Amino acid sequence: MCCKGCEAVAQAIVDGGMENYYRYRTEKGITAQELVPDVLRQMEVYDRPEVQKTFVRHAQGNIREASLILEGIVCAACVWLNEQHLKSLPGVLDVQVNYSTHRARVSWNDDETHLSEILRAISAIGYLAHPYDPSVHQQLLEKQRRDYLKRLGLAGALGMQVMMFAVAMYIGDWWGMEDAHRIFFQWISLGLTLPVFVYSGRPFYQAAWRDLRHGRAGMDVPISLGIMIAFGGSLISMLRGSGHVYFDSVVMFIFFLLTARFLELAARKRASEHTEALIQSQATSAVREVDAIETEIVAALELEPDDIVQIRPGETIPSDGVIIEGVSSVDESLLTGESRPCSKRVGDILVGGSVNIENFLRMRVTSAGQESVLSTILQLVERAQAEKPAIARLADRVAGYFVLGILILATAVGIWWWLNDPQQWLSVTIAVLVVTCPCALSLATPAAITAATGSMIKKGLLTSRGYALERLARADTIVFDKTGTLTQGQPGIDRVLCYGKLKEQNILQIAALLESRSEHPLARAFTDIELNESWALIDFRNIPGGGLTGTVNGVPYYLGNSAWLKEISGHDVPLNQEADIPDGTHILLADDKQVLALFVLHDSVRAGAMELVHDLQVMGMKVMLYSGDDKSAVEPVAQKLGMDTWRSGMLPADKLKQVRMLQQQGETVAMIGDGINDAPVLAGADVSIAIGDGARYAAAAADMVLLSDKLSVLRDGVVTVRKMMRIIRQNLGWALAYNLAALPLAAVGIIHPWMAALGMSTSSLLVVANAMRLTK
Amino acid sequence: MEIIYYLVPMAMIIVAGIVAGLFWAVKSGQFDDMEGPAHQILMDEEIFPEDSENKEFNKENNNE
Repeated sequence: MCCKGCEAVAQAIVDGGMENYYRYRTEKGITAQELVPDVLRQMEVYDRPEVQKTFVRHAQGNIREASLILEGIVCAACVWLNEQHLKSLPGVLDVQVNYSTHRARVSWNDDETHLSEILRAISAIGYLAHPYDPSVHQQLLEKQRRDYLKRLGLAGALGMQVMMFAVAMYIGDWWGMEDAHRIFFQWISLGLTLPVFVYSGRPFYQAAWRDLRHGRAGMDVPISLGIMIAFGGSLISMLRGSGHVYFDSVVMFIFFLLTARFLELAARKRASEHTEALIQSQATSAVREVDAIETEIVAALELEPDDIVQIRPGETIPSDGVIIEGVSSVDESLLTGESRPCSKRVGDILVGGSVNIENFLRMRVTSAGQESVLSTILQLVERAQAEKPAIARLADRVAGYFVLGILILATAVGIWWWLNDPQQWLSVTIAVLVVTCPCALSLATPAAITAATGSMIKKGLLTSRGYALERLARADTIVFDKTGTLTQGQPGIDRVLCYGKLKEQNILQIAALLESRSEHPLARAFTDIELNESWALIDFRNIPGGGLTGTVNGVPYYLGNSAWLKEISGHDVPLNQEADIPDGTHILLADDKQVLALFVLHDSVRAGAMELVHDLQVMGMKVMLYSGDDKSAVEPVAQKLGMDTWRSGMLPADKLKQVRMLQQQGETVAMIGDGINDAPVLAGADVSIAIGDGARYAAAAADMVLLSDKLSVLRDGVVTVRKMMRIIRQNLGWALAYNLAALPLAAVGIIHPWMAALGMSTSSLLVVANAMRLTK
Repeated sequence: MEIIYYLVPMAMIIVAGIVAGLFWAVKSGQFDDMEGPAHQILMDEEIFPEDSENKEFNKENNNE
């Protein structure tokens, strides 16, 4: 609806049971403002829960979060406008718009407002928003690209003709030419420039108009003003038969600016290609078993947990699930960056979005649609791209003031020249407006961030918070967890030493029963032991950093490290009594009376861990190892890897305390650990990287997630973010230096309008090209 | 020099034709995929197994 009045009329028609008017009418009614009303009418649809299932995420209570695509974003200022406008709505909790991908993340309270209200509010300020749907996004990009191609082609083809006549007239100024010919050429030039001025230049005027209507100055304002003054001024000179015409500058400026915008569009598309690939890898349909014989084809989003799904070779796995029949290999490269297929058999977990390669599989769905791992990854990526690092916010603010400054300055310069040399004022004013456009300044940071995020996802390092990149680049201390991070996380039992009367087999079964409830990586050492089905475990408790307690057959047992066991049960720990206990992780089992057994577990160091530690040290970082394990397990690993510092026997709270201490000493700390056990310290560090497997990273409080198996990706990540910061600084430095250097030259009249057009476009292109180095 | 009053409008008509051609090309989707066709040439080769190449070769030989 364009306004409250129309809305009231439409409401009255519907309430009166006259919807048929809408159903059967062949023409739309006349509206005060033809602002794609049918799109707006559809917005109500987005409030229905079954439609929202695909793109809305529910937080606690009635708080919901959705991704939207915004149409009509041309510069950082549009982003700002949308954010400000939406934030002022009641019920809207947070809005973040990503300039690079034109997507917005909005969270709102469904009690106070609805999604349709938000969409309507966006259209009220002249933008169009759709809930995010990959196919729609693709279509939009394609349409935008075609539009730009046509505008660019027109400007190029006609521009060349205008230049030709301009050259003739410049030569004519020198050699002299008949007035009749000059007038003829000028009219022809006008005729050629008009379509370029009207059609090709339209995106700039639209953006500028939108800015002005909302009382702001974006980078399109000086551009549009420059074009219009040049065109209008030339027209007046021509009609009066005196003075110079600048039609050549007009077409050239439009042509070069469009080229820069077109290349930026292409670059943005390329940089976000990998994310798009992830989105498109989400299977759209699935074969669901209805009963023993029959199957049906359903949309992947309709799948519910516990559905049985059939997957043929070559098909994309529609959601997360567990294999119940079949053996095959699966390509998870999109998710982990690992190019080799991994083999999967009954009981293994399949991740939605990966591709089944060899054999027919049957799978039980564990989570589908919004909840699935792939959806989670996509949402993490979107959140990261929507959050602006501090440096980007600064650039936005500077660009805003800059434009205001230019407008004031251009007016002053124009007036001065008008009074002193009326011949020149038009040319100088145009040059000032054009040459100082802060396009490069506005593009410098977002382009680099998009490129860096994209290149890291490709390798398997996912960024889920916007500030992570900047902080990782600054990090000077990097703290690792041991188990599952630097070591395999696939421990085996080396030896069992029994101290009590219980048989070794019983002891193993008790330990295995307790560990079967634990998520700790060490628990995997016990998974091969067959459980005694008749035993029941009650009162189970997991004490992070300590161990496990539980009552088996009426007897309370304690399983954990020696320090914790001593504290909780007061038993003397036999560790120091025997000298021949091998190195490794030591776990003790005790009841209320005494220590029953000692398990010696070993866990081998991961491939690439040594190189990673060494490389990070070469890059000037302090590498530390904090572990909850005993000294006997930590020391050999730390020494083998050549750690700067290591600490053993730490509880999660101790780790956090240590990290805080380092931070107080002025260090920027990066923490790398597995998502669950280290959650508090991950949250406390300046930047945290979770090494995730399966669905774990969904719960992680981490800023970044390593999806790949290769540890070397971490080093590549550090290299990339450092390079990114360097490129951002180069870009900002270049943009500022260029603008400041060009301004006085334009103001004193040295720079001709066409030189200004060339310089400004080159500057923008340079900045984008520089950022694209990160994608390599 | 009166000839320019004839030649220049002629040139404009040609330019109009070029622009119309470009718009048609964009609209018919010829610029939609700038990378795909370059790869397609290479893929064509794999679609035809060796024996079809031989067939072509044989045919030519037979004709001779």
